[in-house]
Amino acid sequence: MKKKATALLAATLMLGTILVGCGNKNSDSDKGGTKHTVALVTDGGGIDDKSFNQSAWEGMKAWGKQHDLKKGVNGYNYAQSNSDSDFTPNVNKLVKAKYQTIFGIGYKLAPVIEKTSKQNPDTHFAIIDEVVKGRKNVASVTFKTEQSSFLAGVAAAKTTKTNKVGFVGGIKSDVITTFEKGFIQGVHAVNPKISVDVKYVGSFTKADVGNSLASAMYNNGADVIFHAAGGSGSGVFTAAKDKSKNGKKVWVIGVDQDQKADGKYKGGNVTLASAVKEVGNSVKDLANKSMNDKFPGGKVVTYQLKDKGVDLINDNMPESTQKAVQQYKDKIINGDITVKAE
Amino acid sequence: MKLKVKSSWVVPLVAILAGFIVGAIIMLIFGYDPIQNYSSLFDGAFGGVYSIGETLRNMTPLILTALGFAVASKAGFFNIGGSGQYLMGWFGAIVVALKFSFLPGWLLIIVSILAGALFGGIWSAIAGVLRAYFGTSEVITTIMLNYISLYFVNFAVKDWLAGKGSDSSPNIAAKASLRGDFLENLTANSTLHWGFLIAIIICFIIWFYFNRMKSGFELRSVGINEDAARYAGMNVKKTIIMSMLISGLLAGLGGALDGLGNFQNISVSNALPQVGYDGMAVALLVNYNPIGVIFSSLLFSALQIGGMSISVYSDTPTEIVSIVTASIIFFVAIKYVIELLTKRRKKNPQKTAVKNEGAGE
Repeated sequence: MKKKATALLAATLMLGTILVGCGNKNSDSDKGGTKHTVALVTDGGGIDDKSFNQSAWEGMKAWGKQHDLKKGVNGYNYAQSNSDSDFTPNVNKLVKAKYQTIFGIGYKLAPVIEKTSKQNPDTHFAIIDEVVKGRKNVASVTFKTEQSSFLAGVAAAKTTKTNKVGFVGGIKSDVITTFEKGFIQGVHAVNPKISVDVKYVGSFTKADVGNSLASAMYNNGADVIFHAAGGSGSGVFTAAKDKSKNGKKVWVIGVDQDQKADGKYKGGNVTLASAVKEVGNSVKDLANKSMNDKFPGGKVVTYQLKDKGVDLINDNMPESTQKAVQQYKDKIINGDITVKAE
Repeated sequence: MKLKVKSSWVVPLVAILAGFIVGAIIMLIFGYDPIQNYSSLFDGAFGGVYSIGETLRNMTPLILTALGFAVASKAGFFNIGGSGQYLMGWFGAIVVALKFSFLPGWLLIIVSILAGALFGGIWSAIAGVLRAYFGTSEVITTIMLNYISLYFVNFAVKDWLAGKGSDSSPNIAAKASLRGDFLENLTANSTLHWGFLIAIIICFIIWFYFNRMKSGFELRSVGINEDAARYAGMNVKKTIIMSMLISGLLAGLGGALDGLGNFQNISVSNALPQVGYDGMAVALLVNYNPIGVIFSSLLFSALQIGGMSISVYSDTPTEIVSIVTASIIFFVAIKYVIELLTKRRKKNPQKTAVKNEGAGE
């Protein structure tokens, strides 16, 4: 038994020495110090989640291309978290690799950003969807998603024929309930008699549960569902497509990104509109500010309808509905309507 | 006998090397540089005190879920419930640490750890009792108990521990934490905590249990042949329940240490923790040897922690590391094919070898 143990140890070490002997070209590539480097850490799930992480990454890629940077240590990059215990090592690895501005995508990263920002005062950090107070090198980014959700509610209310609509959320938490509250206010602004069925998946990655919740809602007579459920939302689309194929016309309102492509099926499209949250634009914006020494450290940056940080994008709305949405949009921007987040 | 000892360490080594080679070939096919990537992998796992700290921290729960799986397997049971038992352990430890925070620090830590282990132990003992008295397949019950624990813990965290609008419990008090200034300073602010030391000690205890204690011998006998063990006068039912209980205690302890040392709280999980399943692979790689588990979990942990560095320093996707890990497990699985072939060739000597081994220890 001892033999086995020592052998394994020896092998691990040997392999290590071989590998170290081979590489370490990293050190001589640190030239051109004027370039700004950025990176992001995902909150679980990859940069291809068709939602939050993806739009952040696409924003970062676009920013990188704009400034003629490449993916890697001298440009922009991402670190994927496969579980919550990956957050700290991921952030620290990016700090160690000398990325100058590091984005934590999602409220789950807030405690880690708070701690590492204390330990690394020279690196800029940004946290999305959460506020980290009192740290000069941390900018907090929040979105008034209740405004775009309100418009989603208007679109749903104008579209429903059964006077029943639904909301499917990911995990019930402050960030997601703002979608729910905004949506209900929007629906009731058009017609207080419409009932809203609210359900939570309890996960951002369970498409099967999203599917069964949405199917149940459609079976109960709802004909428009707004989802704020990340990856679980793809199940909502599947349910809507199944229903539509069987001759019952139902709709989905997408979230975070333009989800028109997700609604496509043979014979039509179930995506009515998408309540986008321009995480990508905010990433671009902050990367620029950080590069130009205008990093809003210690501040909370809020994106809303007014500055196109959130919006409702038309996918398949008829013109009358679009007009109604536009009217409410103007009212929110003017301040005639205040959408409550809670 | 001599040949057997040799092959027991040659096979995992060959499996590991083959895994790395396959990984390198895949990287070459897709146009990534394997040498640069493997060197950033190694650097990310062992380059500097911080990286070593993270690797050791990541090892801690792996060791314990692997030991848990090993104990059940030695008794002949396939405990797939490591994830659920780990989760229950994590939950139990955090609940006690939060609700009994009036206790003095040292007592609070001990009670929380024991509570976590007990939660995990009771959870798998359910499967053990069902197996012992009703012959219910532990494969099915442990898989199902995994899901029950996931949704139970999510429900309890959401509706009981978490504040309004949050999906995680508050953090435990600093006095209940297994982290310490000493380790943080030593490892440049890594998340290494004292649980690592506990895990290593447990490895030796389990080794001692298997090889030097009566109850451990009974456990292995039941694993080799239940009927023969019964004929020899052993209490098979008791042994089955014991083995599942210990198995769950270990996985639960893994969850407790990770909760008190690494996470400091518990939050709603999207899915069952991967560490429960990784532990199975860790134990398999060294054929359930408790001391070997230390080294195989070091390897797995290094792959996981170092793997994160690959995509930080290059544009290679992290999935490559998953391919390397998967290749290693694959080649370990191949090992049984090879053993099966050699067994068939010399049936008789093998049988006597097993007998000798059973009687000798």
